[in-house]
Amino acid sequence: MPPTVMLEVSRYRPERDDKPVFQTYEVPFRDDWVVLDALNHIKDQLDGSLSFRWSCRMGVCGSCGMMVNGRPKLTCAAFLSDYLPGPIRVEPLNYFPIMRDLIVDITAFLEKLKKVKPWIVRDEVWPLDKGEYRQTPEQLDVYKQFSQCINCMLCYAACPVVGLEPGFVGPAAIALAQRYNLDSRDDGAKQRMKILSDHAGIWGCTFVGECTQVCPKHVDPAGAIQQYKLAGALDTLQSFLLPWSAR
Amino acid sequence: MDTFSCDVLVVGGGGAGLRAAIAVAETYPNLSVTVISKVYPMRSHTVSAEGGAAAVIKSGDSLDEHAYDTISGGDWMCDQDAVEAFVREAPDEMLQLEHWGCPWSREPDGHIAVRPFGGMKNQRTWFAADKTGFHMLHTLFQTSLKYDGIRRHDECFVTKLLMDDGRCQGLVAIEQATGKIQAITAKAVILCTGGCGKIFPFTTNASIKNGDGMALAYRAGAALKDMEFVQYHPTGLPFTGILITEATRAEGGWLLNKDGYRYLQDYDLGTPQPKPVLRSMELGPRDRLSQAFMKEQEKGRTIKGPYGDYVHLDIRHLGAQVIDTKLPFVRELCLKYAGLDPVKEMIPVRPVVHYMMGGIHTDIHGATPMPGLYAAGEAACVSINGANRLGSNSLTELLVFGARSGKAAAAFASGQRAPNPSVLAQAQDEQRRLEGHFLHKTGGTERIATLRVAMQDIMEQSAGIYRDASALRQAVTKLGQLQERFHNLALDDHSYTFNTELTSALELSYMLDLAQVIIASALQRQESRGSHQRNDYPGRDDGKFLAHSVAYRAQDGSPRIEYLPVKITRWPPGQRVYGR
Repeated sequence: MPPTVMLEVSRYRPERDDKPVFQTYEVPFRDDWVVLDALNHIKDQLDGSLSFRWSCRMGVCGSCGMMVNGRPKLTCAAFLSDYLPGPIRVEPLNYFPIMRDLIVDITAFLEKLKKVKPWIVRDEVWPLDKGEYRQTPEQLDVYKQFSQCINCMLCYAACPVVGLEPGFVGPAAIALAQRYNLDSRDDGAKQRMKILSDHAGIWGCTFVGECTQVCPKHVDPAGAIQQYKLAGALDTLQSFLLPWSAR
Repeated sequence: MDTFSCDVLVVGGGGAGLRAAIAVAETYPNLSVTVISKVYPMRSHTVSAEGGAAAVIKSGDSLDEHAYDTISGGDWMCDQDAVEAFVREAPDEMLQLEHWGCPWSREPDGHIAVRPFGGMKNQRTWFAADKTGFHMLHTLFQTSLKYDGIRRHDECFVTKLLMDDGRCQGLVAIEQATGKIQAITAKAVILCTGGCGKIFPFTTNASIKNGDGMALAYRAGAALKDMEFVQYHPTGLPFTGILITEATRAEGGWLLNKDGYRYLQDYDLGTPQPKPVLRSMELGPRDRLSQAFMKEQEKGRTIKGPYGDYVHLDIRHLGAQVIDTKLPFVRELCLKYAGLDPVKEMIPVRPVVHYMMGGIHTDIHGATPMPGLYAAGEAACVSINGANRLGSNSLTELLVFGARSGKAAAAFASGQRAPNPSVLAQAQDEQRRLEGHFLHKTGGTERIATLRVAMQDIMEQSAGIYRDASALRQAVTKLGQLQERFHNLALDDHSYTFNTELTSALELSYMLDLAQVIIASALQRQESRGSHQRNDYPGRDDGKFLAHSVAYRAQDGSPRIEYLPVKITRWPPGQRVYGR
């Protein structure tokens, strides 16, 4: 085991840097340390000016996504030992505007999220005294994997379409739309389809599948997008063939 | 400086904050409500809660039994009027979350499923596999997006409450993206900023849990109640402190010492049975289980590890199918962070700081005695948790008291005139303080991390599972020294853009204040009750201490402790009985 490992960390301080530059730090190597621990060692002991987001350190809050050796990763789940002998290159997530060092601007994502109406839409809302909407374990299984998204943005950083077309709603938001569409308690699929059918929606996806590859929670956004495309195509076809049908 | 105004201002975007904001939007749609949080709402620590949320829903259970479990679990420190309101409103709050789409685990016929939990006599813990907090938080966040009346100031760090003649009129915050100061006036402010586990070195808590709201309220003159009661969860992974949910034991997991012996039977917690028995053995309350670990350690029956002693949590006998259906996150966390598969291997665990029973002193509507100031969730102390919170009561508490405080704050705000614009002058002073003491500060020799680690070590040594006067007195002195050293901080970062060194320094100053309150409250409580165990005062003393401690900040910055009576309605103080 090496005593230390080198980290090449992307730095960008808008008040003084025109563009990101790399700064190299030497940190102790410990086999139970993740990249985030190394970043915290830098911040605590070497350079308090390094900025990055983190919180839970257990892979569920979604704050600490970064590019590690060119791949989008949750740094709290990326062990140093998997990158030996180093150096390990740490950069902000691809395709997002960089605010500072390893921190990217995700406000556009928040707007996209709201656009897909990620809430239960009901034709008939029950009063609470009527009890719970019934949902069998099998019905829950239909949408369960799409409900596991932690909004960590790794899929956006992996998606070539996001790189080319910033207006693209993107994998996580589409997966979330599908999470509600497939929920037996929800009646909002048609409204969401209307939103997603424009050019910045699902038709932008070229089905590279990178989003599903990098997801730390085994959500399958690529699958959601394919399901949507199929449903969208059938919908369009139906409107030609059966223009009088209730829609 | 940017100025904003709104009717109700919610600080914190976790479970309590979002529930409060939705309550305002639903009950007083004409009021403007803003949620301000130092992180995006879905990053809030509610996300890490695993096991479940308690509410009576099944036949054979009753509100009184939920109340009794909570009160006896809290060693009679709970305010019983608050507990009664809590158990009564819990089922509807949980159903409301179901209607908003929370993916609760279900029975085969489609009804809500419940699981047993520690200290609970009946099965009443709703769960979404073992990611209950995650699903609750995302459901609340996504649902909140449907209300156009709810505005958000994401990633804005609150530094001060604006007070005018004892009334709360808004706050000052730093917009982290730009470093700009925001002065936000409001008719009512609700603090929902969570706990402060990061005061301790070994905790399940996320890095953001620094007690911001507690310290803001304390500095503004509000009282902090029952701060000596700190919950150690009995099962955290060594080194990382990652929580291994109580649901492992609810599903049938065993705690074993180095000899493979279910040691809880030696601590008046019942006799081992092959299947889990409610209010017995591994389903005893957290304080008693963590204390049993310490006794076991004294006897040399724990296992030595590089990160302290541990015992084994064995769930192998549950089998892969139960583990994958009901405890998938536990398996994922063990595989990732402990390098083992709990289907085949035992999990090393040790007690870990998890939850603050204490917090901002409020009434059962979430109101503090200061007009316009409210609090809910872990940041608050209503109190329903007493001297020891039962597992699965805190997620429900977020909903019940988030909603209650939202409604109460909205009702208050609707009858108030707009805040006095003169409070904005305080915001100018605050901007000067932040620039002078931090952003433009030069010189200094102390690193933030050095002081933080020193504080955490003091707290572990003096305010751990067992305490005594001499260690607590030493802590008073040492924390005073750390407060002095804080003025000598050396800061590397003078940037206005996302300056996380600045926010770390401010968080440290909040935590130092709260550490002093915890120590002072613990020193004055000369008895043992629930999570507060004094080696020098081993018994419960209802004659002197059936009372809440309330800490005020004195002129010199030190805490001044007073006491308030505990509200007893129908359950006079009795003995806590588990396993028999």
